[in-house]
Amino acid sequence: MSDITKQSLTELVENVKNKKLSSTDVTKAFIDRSEKSEELNAYITNNFTSALDKAKKFDQKPNLDLKLPGIPMAVKDLFCTKNIKTTAGSKILNNFVPTYESTVTENIWNEGAILLGKLNCDEFAMGSSNETSFFGNVQSPIDKNLVPGGSSGGSASAVAGQLTPVTIGTDTGGSIRQPASFTGIVGLKPTYGSCSRYGIVAFASSLDQAGPMAQNVKDCALLHEVISSYDPKDSTSIDFKRNHYSKELTNNIKGKKIGIPKEYRVDGMPKEIEDLWKKGIQYIKDCGAETVDISLPNTSYALPAYYIVAPAEASSNLARYDGVKYGFRAKGKNLIDMYEKTRSEGFGAEVQRRIMIGTYVLSSGYYDAYYLKAQKVRKLIKNDFDEAYKKVDAILTPSTPSSAFKIGEKTNDPVSMYLNDIFTVPVNLAGLPGISIPAGHDSKGYPLGLQIIGKAFDEQNILNIAYAMEEKINFKNKITDWWIK
Amino acid sequence: MSKKNSEYLINRKDNQYEVVIGLEVHAQVLSESKLFSTSATKFGAEPNTQVSLVDAAFPGMLPVINEFCVKQAIKTGIGLNARINKRSVFDRKNYFYADLPQGYQISQFKNPIVGEGKVILDMPNGQKEVGIERLHLEQDAGKSIHDLDPQNTFVDLNRSGVALMEIVSKPDLRSPDEVNVYIKKLRSIMRYLGTCDGNMQEGSLRADVNVSVRPKGSKEFGTRCEIKNVNSIKFMQMAIEYEANRQVNLIEEGKTIDQETRLFDTKKNETRSMRSKEDAHDYRYFPDPDLLPLEVSEKFIEELKNDIPELPDDKKKRFIEEFKLSSYEANILVSDIDTSKYFEEVVAKMGKNKDIKLAVNWITGELFAALNSKGLEISQSPVSAKNFAILINLIKNGTISGKIAKTVFELMIDGDKDPQKIVEEKGLKQQSDPKAIEALIDKIISSNREKAIEYKQGKEKLFGFFVGQAMKASGGKANPQLINEILKKKL
Repeated sequence: MSDITKQSLTELVENVKNKKLSSTDVTKAFIDRSEKSEELNAYITNNFTSALDKAKKFDQKPNLDLKLPGIPMAVKDLFCTKNIKTTAGSKILNNFVPTYESTVTENIWNEGAILLGKLNCDEFAMGSSNETSFFGNVQSPIDKNLVPGGSSGGSASAVAGQLTPVTIGTDTGGSIRQPASFTGIVGLKPTYGSCSRYGIVAFASSLDQAGPMAQNVKDCALLHEVISSYDPKDSTSIDFKRNHYSKELTNNIKGKKIGIPKEYRVDGMPKEIEDLWKKGIQYIKDCGAETVDISLPNTSYALPAYYIVAPAEASSNLARYDGVKYGFRAKGKNLIDMYEKTRSEGFGAEVQRRIMIGTYVLSSGYYDAYYLKAQKVRKLIKNDFDEAYKKVDAILTPSTPSSAFKIGEKTNDPVSMYLNDIFTVPVNLAGLPGISIPAGHDSKGYPLGLQIIGKAFDEQNILNIAYAMEEKINFKNKITDWWIK
Repeated sequence: MSKKNSEYLINRKDNQYEVVIGLEVHAQVLSESKLFSTSATKFGAEPNTQVSLVDAAFPGMLPVINEFCVKQAIKTGIGLNARINKRSVFDRKNYFYADLPQGYQISQFKNPIVGEGKVILDMPNGQKEVGIERLHLEQDAGKSIHDLDPQNTFVDLNRSGVALMEIVSKPDLRSPDEVNVYIKKLRSIMRYLGTCDGNMQEGSLRADVNVSVRPKGSKEFGTRCEIKNVNSIKFMQMAIEYEANRQVNLIEEGKTIDQETRLFDTKKNETRSMRSKEDAHDYRYFPDPDLLPLEVSEKFIEELKNDIPELPDDKKKRFIEEFKLSSYEANILVSDIDTSKYFEEVVAKMGKNKDIKLAVNWITGELFAALNSKGLEISQSPVSAKNFAILINLIKNGTISGKIAKTVFELMIDGDKDPQKIVEEKGLKQQSDPKAIEALIDKIISSNREKAIEYKQGKEKLFGFFVGQAMKASGGKANPQLINEILKKKL
């Protein structure tokens, strides 16, 4: 089958279970395409040889009861993988090989999947264009010199470019949903506490969540079902009843009330985005659901609050990368000199910028004015959502204020870069689930996404809404294979 | 310096100064595993053999609170008569050091697990109450070893992540003596509770000492200096004496005292400036986002309260009432939990016709001296409480004299032998048969006729000579009381 890599995860699983495809067939096909796709720079580390061995081994004694039987999968290089280099896109972890496995990836391998490789991302997941990676920027399969978004840029590029059937990313302020939106794929940020953070290189602990990225909603639901688990090793993991998200997936959303928040109509938003949102509202209605105008009055404070809380936590989380125990170490005259050189040479400019912001906002004398106030704003934003959810079942917004931009276009303007996260950040601050689905194209033919935000632990509901809308939208991603010679 | 009426004052020309001391005691929680990881906490293990991925702060590793350590902290809080906070928060204290793998210490800043409490000190001139400001849980750091290599520093992370309780007193202490009694009292309470072994040699108990001085009678506090990480009571006392005098000298010279952190140099017996207030670290405390606020229920606390053993203050009261001991005696017996256990076991084994005063005298006298000379703790005593009780009973019922008992006790110390057997085997039983003693005395008098006459003529001192001779003739076994009585009759 020459079109293996075009198949969805659901199709691949079915074909392996029906023995129409072997794990080796599938793994070979994705390795082959990945090898032809070097120009995308989606991988930091490939695991192709070992993956093929594992696929062969799987085929010798296939366990077809598993949810991901012999399915190859590449993952964002923020997940620690046992005995396989894990860099977080940073020079400072350039040589770091964990002796342990993250809970989320462990869950994936336990269901029969096979690691293809580690995918590029912004350094320590700090970025919205994958341009901060020490391993170079990632090309979008949509167009040459277009950013795939970030920080899960390698993940988005790999799924959209069919280098992996599905993948997992992490989302601290939009790092799954924004790149999904830019590359015409589906990305889910689960409720905070749904997926364990154990073994994921931390960016901002109170915001970080792992989540699935896929070609379609059903694949997304299946992968989410695999990765979401209660984990006592993560004190913020929550023990709630998890659904069989893929099995319980339905396109029947009749009678659901979907909120349309007026505050998301931001100044300077391109008409194309406005039109997309209107179309989305129509799709909702076509599905038999109803839309309700709502207000989330504190939305405009979300971005500033986020850019205080996230750097604050990051400045502390990244203190452990000091050259003492593992990772990159620069030579220094003494301990302080070694610290300074290691961290100056080991961290890129964006990471250093955020460490400095974070250190500043936590400093005595500034703590109350910044960090404490940001935490209060965070509470207000959460209250906004709580109020809204008294009236509606979910909320529909655009995923991003624009389509993908060119590589280099915003690298010298961090604030404009940060504005990319304006619609996604409030969801992280409130700890809610949000999904981005591809919903159309702009005039340049670049994908545009819509975001559905749910109540806490209500992933099934937003997956169902996304599933129903997906059917109506009937989006076709325009992948020209421009990078394959 | 003068200690009039036990008041510790520093005298200069016309001025008298009072010393104000507050302590931040770091007590290692007695626990098999660390505060946020499952690594072991044994003292003296090979370097870096008790280190988990969490302790070494590997990427993606997360802390998970050890419930046992929480219970230990709450129990200690109860022992300090303190308020237990049902909601407390773990914060990160951020600073860089080679033996701090995370780049931050997880501690409790604004919301500690234990709030205000108090401790009663028994001072020679009466009781003194010392206020407790708070107790919070925190992680210990690793250990930097600078003297193994001329170029490199070695780091041992065995201690990294070990649970500590920081117990902060109010500035209620006024002298090195009070500090001595306070530390001992804290240690005693924690050892009773089993929450800290109090072993200062192993670093299980150490303190930061805050010292300031003020003119006697003044209500305002002077500027304080903090002496970091002092690890013995003696050093604390020396550091306070030095530091208080240094501050007084500055005031007398018309200079001001800078608020600063100082080190105590044990070799030179002086404190030295470590860093000034301006150079103080900005620790950038903020709530640790990897940990939820720690919430404990009323029921949880109540269950721990039911688990609290009799503590030194209550035990002392009971000893005084039940055993009619003096406050002084009771204090000695309760100050160490093992001593109190030993004593109570001796009392139990002595049975009905017991002489508690005698037992107390022997414990605080012979036993303490013997243990001291052998460098043993009472828990390692070569004489079991049971055999000790038998020995006391042998004295009490007249089987042996106090003097013989000392000989028996010496034999017991060399191996836990039954004193009854020693007495039988060595024939040390006291001679209490009046007829036998009479015969013995008759013999002595007849062979010392001249001396007997001299005695009768008034040389009363010679009585002692006859007692000595009788004792000698009996091999020290004759009942001294009987010898006295019979001699008086016969002479």
